[in-house]
Order: sequence, then structure tokens, then C-alpha cells
Amino acid sequence: MALSLVNFVVVIAAVLLIIGLMVVNAVIMVYAERKTAGFIQRRPGPYEVGPWGTVQAICDSMKLLGKQIFIPGNVDWILFFAAPVLAFFPVLLLFLPIPFGPYLTALKVDEGILLILAFAGFGVISNILAGWASNNKYGLLGAARAVSQSVAYEIPMIMALLGVIFLTGSMNLTQIVERQGAWPWQWNLAVQPLAFFIYVVSMVGETNRAPFDLPEAESELTAGFHTEYSGMGFALFFLSEYANMLLVCCVCATFFLGGWRGPFLDGFWWTFIKAYALMMFIVWIRWTFPRVRFDQLLNINWKWLLPLSILNLWITAVILKFVD
Amino acid sequence: MDRFNFINPFGVRYQPDTVAGDFYTNNFAKKAESNTIILNLGPQHPSTHGVLRVIVELDGEYVLRAEPVLGYLHRMHEKMGEVKTPWQFLPNMGRVDYLHPIAWNWVHVGAVERLAGITVPERAEYLRVISCELNRVASHLMWWGAFVMDLGGVTPILYAFEEREKINDILQIVSGSRLTISYFRFGGVSADADDRFLRLTAEFVPYLRQRLKMYQALVTDNIILRRRLEKVGPIGVDMCQRYGATGPVLRAAGLNRDTRRDIPYSVYPKFDFNIPTGPVDDCLGRYLVRLAEIEASLSIIEQALESLPAGPILPPKAPKPTFKLPAGESYFAVEGARGQIGLHLISDGGKTPYRVKLRAPGFSNLSLFAEAARGTLLADAIAILGSLDLVIPEVDR
Repeated sequence: MALSLVNFVVVIAAVLLIIGLMVVNAVIMVYAERKTAGFIQRRPGPYEVGPWGTVQAICDSMKLLGKQIFIPGNVDWILFFAAPVLAFFPVLLLFLPIPFGPYLTALKVDEGILLILAFAGFGVISNILAGWASNNKYGLLGAARAVSQSVAYEIPMIMALLGVIFLTGSMNLTQIVERQGAWPWQWNLAVQPLAFFIYVVSMVGETNRAPFDLPEAESELTAGFHTEYSGMGFALFFLSEYANMLLVCCVCATFFLGGWRGPFLDGFWWTFIKAYALMMFIVWIRWTFPRVRFDQLLNINWKWLLPLSILNLWITAVILKFVD
Repeated sequence: MDRFNFINPFGVRYQPDTVAGDFYTNNFAKKAESNTIILNLGPQHPSTHGVLRVIVELDGEYVLRAEPVLGYLHRMHEKMGEVKTPWQFLPNMGRVDYLHPIAWNWVHVGAVERLAGITVPERAEYLRVISCELNRVASHLMWWGAFVMDLGGVTPILYAFEEREKINDILQIVSGSRLTISYFRFGGVSADADDRFLRLTAEFVPYLRQRLKMYQALVTDNIILRRRLEKVGPIGVDMCQRYGATGPVLRAAGLNRDTRRDIPYSVYPKFDFNIPTGPVDDCLGRYLVRLAEIEASLSIIEQALESLPAGPILPPKAPKPTFKLPAGESYFAVEGARGQIGLHLISDGGKTPYRVKLRAPGFSNLSLFAEAARGTLLADAIAILGSLDLVIPEVDR
């Protein structure tokens, strides 16, 4: 695809829109998560600031903006500052190939999913840098956990997506959506249920959310790799965490749940409805289950998810061969 | 590192690597192996619940050695017992263990009564049993919530708080306070139970039984929780006896010991209650024993409410605040939520006791942590620490 001036302008506009989306997403998700947590824990959640506490998230972000950036002694300050920025920036690229709607795709490339998976790996680097640069033992342990967890959970994730890619015969996300129908039984979920299950589990693992939030396990490592971060450093990690959540949910919606195809009226709203439904599912899990132990986390991955995903891929390939 | 020894734009100067740390860390580090991390868990750490500090030596995530450091909440309760009259010392007892203050009330009041030969009216004994068991239920509920929070489940503690609020409301009717209760007086209790107290208590028992069923389904049977607790941190009878551990920790190990039955006091012999012992001595065993103890306490409360006699709550010649202890010594032990609580009182006949010794079960239970945590994963060590049910003010006294 030639990068003409029009494309360039489109991509720049898309990046700006994505920054907006990330911020809005974080504000909405902070509010939604706190209200959901309140509902699950039988308390009201935020309700003081604004009607039903809706302004709470904005006030929180203002507070984080205004906070002094505290740097502990003996830290490698270049890496210490680079880490949150590195966590934030890849996410901008990651949203480009996502087809939100039939006419709402920033970057129509044939290898869309490859681009996403490649840049998603950057998140790990920022975690390592954050943990290493903060000169903190909790941070170091959190970083070590983050690396082995992310590396482990990327593999079944890719394997699960490969099943769908085999079916569609394309890595172009728009084509993957177009091959699926509007109704749930026409989605890839119906033909690849095992892959969907594996993807959802590894998606929770990949975004470091409970019950797989080992890198920032509060009761063990206080806050893991971002223990020493305050103010905007912390806010950037937070933003990128929610943006990553939205990303994996968008990918899930695109691959398994029909993307922008939906009953009655196709459009970008279906992508968002599906993605946010998945996000609320992750939130629900987080406030319900205790955390797994680290060896259990790796066991789930290497002993169950990986063999299952290979099996799924093999079955898909065999069936496709015979159908042809 | 000299290359980096400059002032960064934010004014933080790089310093050469020095071995930082206080006496405890440095002393602990002397025996460290090479390529290990020495990590300070606490005194400010989310899962040490208060100001306990544990120094651990980690090989990766495995705990090679652990050493608790105490004293961050030492408040000299024993010394205060020597400079205050028994009456003035009474409110201290609610502050020793903020989760089960009534048991500490009881141990002090009981030791003084034993020394001065004061008889307690039967109604007061029943009220003591009811309030103490209610408080034990509150303490166990609080532990349950905090323990599941140590394992990463944030929600149950808020459910536990809700139940505990109801107990606090009930105890507030008679004692006037909600946390640092001092309800007992020498010879009885400070206030009689009114109808509201009795009605709310009677309503609370079936309510909590119903809730416990929900907790069983929601938390206890959860597969993640089971896998986190099964076979983690086995503490056998032998280890318990070497360190003097009592209470649910000892009972989970399989030894059926309970002060309420073995060294009977008050009107406990009149009640028929189950003393749960664990089938397994791991963290899950301790978890199940505590939940079963809630049921046992509820049954005691029910029986006490049924047979609550009428009568006075203080003896006719109840001691006045000016009373003097006779010379001599006495020891009184009760079963607290964390194990056997004891108070040894020595008086030389003066205004204040000569010596007051408090036996805190948490102290003994904590001392076995170093051995139990050896060779476990960090997450398991946190689970073991949580399963000991520590209340730091009680450990430090």
C-alpha cells in the first residue's frame, strides 16, 4: 500500500482520535469499574462528585496530573521516565488496523493482526524497564513476573487467533469481519469455541488483570513494577492498561464476535458494544476471584492452554483440508 | 557507576551502592547466600495487616529464610499494668487485641476476681459468654475477609465487614463502644442486656448461618482458593508444641485443645459445643477450622440466650474503683479468637499490681512462621502469614 498524502493525513487524524479514545476509554472504564466493584461489594461506589459520581474519574485524573513526580534515590532516571511513555506509545499504533466499522478503519493493511501482535510485545519492555529502573526489589520481582507471564500467554493467544486465520485465509482484519455474518451463530465463535475460550483466558493473562495480575500482585509485591511511580507516571501505566484491555477486547470482537457485523444494523456501535461487554466481563472476574499463584499461572498456560490451542489448530487444519 | 554519578535534572543525586539497612537487615544479611535477594516485607506492606515486619531472603520467588521483626507497635501494656490500679488498667485490655477485646477484658477481670475471691452472678456470666462469643465471631469474620484479600480476592472483606457491623451494633448496646470494648467489670459486667440486645442477637444467629452457606459456595468452594491453600504451609502438632502455638492453628494440626473445655471457666461447662479440629494441617485446614468455629460460637450464643437466667449483673459487694488487691498471685486463661490468652497477676498488696504478664497467642503463633515459611513461594509465605491470624498490637503488646 503506497503511503500517499491522503493516507498520511488519515493516519495522523486516526492517531489523534485514538489518543482521545484512550483517554475517554480510561475515564469511562475507571468509572464503570468502580461502580461495578461497588455493586459487587454491595456499596455505592463513587457518588459524591457530580451526578452519581460521574465526575469522579475526571477529578482523579486532575489529581494525578497535579501531583509531584517523585523520584526515589539511585534510580536510572532516563529509563525511569522512558518506561511509562514506552507503555503508552505502542498502544497508539495498535488501534490503527482495528476495523471499528465498515468505513472506520485507520490503516487497511493485509497483515493487520501481525502488526498488532508485534507491537503488543512492546508493553513487556516497558514493564521490565519500569521494574528495573525503579531500583526497587518489589519492582524487580514484578518485572520478572511480567516478562515470563507475557511471553507465556502470547503463545496460546496467537495460536487461538491462527485458528480463525486458517478459516478465513487472511490476516486482514476487515476481511475477517466480512466473512462473518450478523447473527451470533454466524460468528467465528460458533465454529471456533475452543479458540475463543483460549483467547479470552490468555487475554486476561496478557493484560495482567486479576486473577492473573501477578506482576502487580498487591498483597505480595505491593504494586509490582509500578511501585515507585506516582502522578503522571502511574497515570500513563493506568491509561495503557485500560487501552490494552480495550485493544484485546476489540481484537476478540473482531475475530470471534463478528466485529461491526451485528443484528439489524451493521456499524461501529456493534464493535464497541461487544468490546465493552467483554471489558465488563474482565472487570466482573477481577472483583470475584482470588489471585492464582505464579507457578499455577504458568502451569495453566503451558500444560493446558498451549496443548489445547495446538489441538484446536490441528483439528481446524485437518477439517479444512478435508472440506477442500 | 562513576559514569552516572551526576545530578539529574530533577535534583536527585546518584549515590554509590551502599548496603543500606538497619541492624536487623544487616544482621540477617550476614548469613545470606550469594545471588539472593533480601526483601523487607513491611512494616508498611499491604498483607502484614498493621506494622509487622518480616525480612525474607529470596532465591527467585522461593523464600529461603524468614525472620519476623517485632516491636513497631509495642505500647508497654505490661508496664502500664504495674503503674495503674486494676480499675485504671481495665480499658487497656480493649486495646491489646482490637479484634477480640472482650476476651482480653475477661482475662484481666478473671485474674483479679480469682485473686480477690469475687463471685460473679450467673446472669453476668451468661452475658459474658454471649458477648465474648459474638466478638469471636466478629474476629473470625474479619480474619476471613482479610485472609481472602491476602490471596487476592478483594470482595469478601466487604461482606465480612457488613456482618461485623451488625455485631458491633449489638455489642454497642451493652458496652457503648464498637472497637476497643471494655464491657466487663470486676464481679460482673457494666450494663444489663435489654430486650433490643437479646432480640438482635437472636435474629443475628440464623442470619449468619444463612450467610455462611453463601460464603461456602462463593469463596470456600472456589477452585482457585482451594488450589492456593491445599498443601500450603503444613504446620504439624510437633511444630505447634515447640513454639507454643494455640487456638485454631493448633486445632487445625489435629490436636483437640480448647481452653473453654480443658481449663473450664465461667459457665462454659453448661453448654454443649463442638470444638472443630482440622482434617489437614495446611492453610486450608486452618481456614476450615475457623469457619467451623463461627458455627460453634453461634451454637453457644443460641444456648446461652435460651437459658439466660434473671438476676443481678454485679455482686452485692462489687469492688469500688478504690479497692486494693490482696497480696498473692493468680493466673487466668481464656480462649481467644487466636488461641489461649493468659494473664499472670502478682500483687504485693499495694495500690497497683507488682507484675502483670500478658500471654498473647499471636506472639507464639507468629514465632513458628520462620520455620513454616522456609522453602515456600513468596505468595505461599503470605498465605501462611495470613492463616496465622495475627493482630500486631497483641503480638507486640
